Amino acid sequence: MVADENAPELKASVFEPAQVAHLSRLARLGLTESELRELGGQLADIVNAVGRLAQAPTDQVDPTAQVGGLYNVMREDVVVDGLSQEEALVNAPSHEAGLIRVPAIQ
Amino acid sequence: MTLLDLSIAEMARGLRAREFSSLELVDAAYREIERFDGELGAFLRTTKDQARATALQCDSELAGSAEDPGDLFGIPVAYKDVLCTKGVETTAASRILTGFVPPYDATVVARLGRRGAIGLGKLNCDEFAMGSSNENSAFQETRNPWARDRVPGGSSGGSAVAVAARMAAATLGSDTGGSIRLPASFCGVVGVKPSYGRVSRYGLIAFASSLDQVGPLAKTVDDAALVLEAIAGNDPHDATSSAATTGGYRAACLRGVSGLKVGIPKEYLAMGVEPGVRAVFDRAVAWLEGAGARVVEVSLPSTEYALAAYYVIAPAEVSSNLARMDGVRFGPGFGDAANLGEAYEHARHQGFGPEVRRRIALGTYVLSSGYYDAYYLRAQKVRTLVAQDFERVFGEVDCLISPTAPTAAFRIGERVADPLAMYATDLLTLPANLAGISGISVPAGYSDSLPVGLQVLGPYLGEETCFQVAATVEAAADIWRDRPGAVAAARELR
Repeated sequence: MVADENAPELKASVFEPAQVAHLSRLARLGLTESELRELGGQLADIVNAVGRLAQAPTDQVDPTAQVGGLYNVMREDVVVDGLSQEEALVNAPSHEAGLIRVPAIQ
Repeated sequence: MTLLDLSIAEMARGLRAREFSSLELVDAAYREIERFDGELGAFLRTTKDQARATALQCDSELAGSAEDPGDLFGIPVAYKDVLCTKGVETTAASRILTGFVPPYDATVVARLGRRGAIGLGKLNCDEFAMGSSNENSAFQETRNPWARDRVPGGSSGGSAVAVAARMAAATLGSDTGGSIRLPASFCGVVGVKPSYGRVSRYGLIAFASSLDQVGPLAKTVDDAALVLEAIAGNDPHDATSSAATTGGYRAACLRGVSGLKVGIPKEYLAMGVEPGVRAVFDRAVAWLEGAGARVVEVSLPSTEYALAAYYVIAPAEVSSNLARMDGVRFGPGFGDAANLGEAYEHARHQGFGPEVRRRIALGTYVLSSGYYDAYYLRAQKVRTLVAQDFERVFGEVDCLISPTAPTAAFRIGERVADPLAMYATDLLTLPANLAGISGISVPAGYSDSLPVGLQVLGPYLGEETCFQVAATVEAAADIWRDRPGAVAAARELR
């Protein structure tokens, strides 16, 4: 969803059906009309509730992505055993000649 | 009376003394499952033949060796269905993973297996561990054994019920915002959320990777410590797992609290804590003071923003993590989709329940261009504030205590229609996940005949202190042998 860069932050949100449909498309949720309507109302409630973040004193505060202080954990670049091709395919709904089979992109 | 009434330490003693066999323990567990789980709904599937075969093997090894195999050897356990079990279907209680049979074990499952613990089956939970009541499972309802019209708590509801109802000696759950501690509190068992990175997440089906942590549920604090000692520690398969030294949790249980300084976050008690829960909490405070701890009030001012930050960060990670659930490598198939886009939509629409869709949509929204700074980035900054609050108070006190949840178990259906009310269930547990610190819920008493847990929060990698305090509360409360009334009543009916 591309929003106006200058949009006021965290104002009371209303989710228009087209906006929810766009989210559904982006996330490949395949929602029906009635599901979109219901979800729109719920999203508005939740987004308005988390809007209180705007009141938190976050100027001069760095974001935390993950605790524990680990950074770029590396291991030796050596070959290790992984799953066999057979094991990797065993859960695929459709496969052929050792490859996963899906419908054409278009 | 069943063998499963015993603590694991007692089971281990009995096994060594040949008072009973591992097979008898496993059979006793399945007897409870067969009698009561039709109604309680803790297990999604069981692996009885495999478990009995393993138990027989344990028994013959016990008979043939003078070596001490450790206290988990031959002990029946069970796993939340978000943990991969080699050769045993693992669904995360979601339709999109129906039929998924992992080709490998989660590290925690492998580690317990190496100690001789015997897996009985897979436990129900909220779909992809998203929920606070277990009502989001795609497959079945799980009921609280203390009051069958009430939820067991979530998302590790099956894990808590299986322990409370004597269907497993201990279980593993996962805790992203309270999903081990909350059901432990609601079902009257001990639940541990280890520090982030303390336990490997390899083979844990991801919900929110920066918050998820696997931990044990058990009848006693010592049992939980025993299981944590077995599963904790660095794992090359999980780059976020800590290299810090682990262990000493059982020893910590014996240490008492004399000289410890314990903080009560005043903001936590202002969060609509019910009078019955408050009374249990106040009594536990008196116990700790009587045992030589000094209890003081402290302040965590950013608590008021923690819930909002959590419900931005967790859904954001969900929208990203669950992108892999596309029906291509596993899942129910594509129906008659005309192209790949339709195939994805078919698999995901058929596969995801309402709460998972809601969180994916919310996460997609807060990560969108133009909204990212306002929601996600700001939430990550609030996360820093929450962590700094904890860091500051852990300079003043050794640990914190609070009720695990503002209420005891609520009624099935009560909060389903109102996502925000459901989310508020985790108010007192989720700050610990944002900050990555350690926590335990220990049964401390009852409110209206429903179990109430006390939460102990310790510093990052400071699990020992949690165990010291929890063991002291457990000893004072002296209720861990209580059996859920509903189970006892059902037994009397036969």
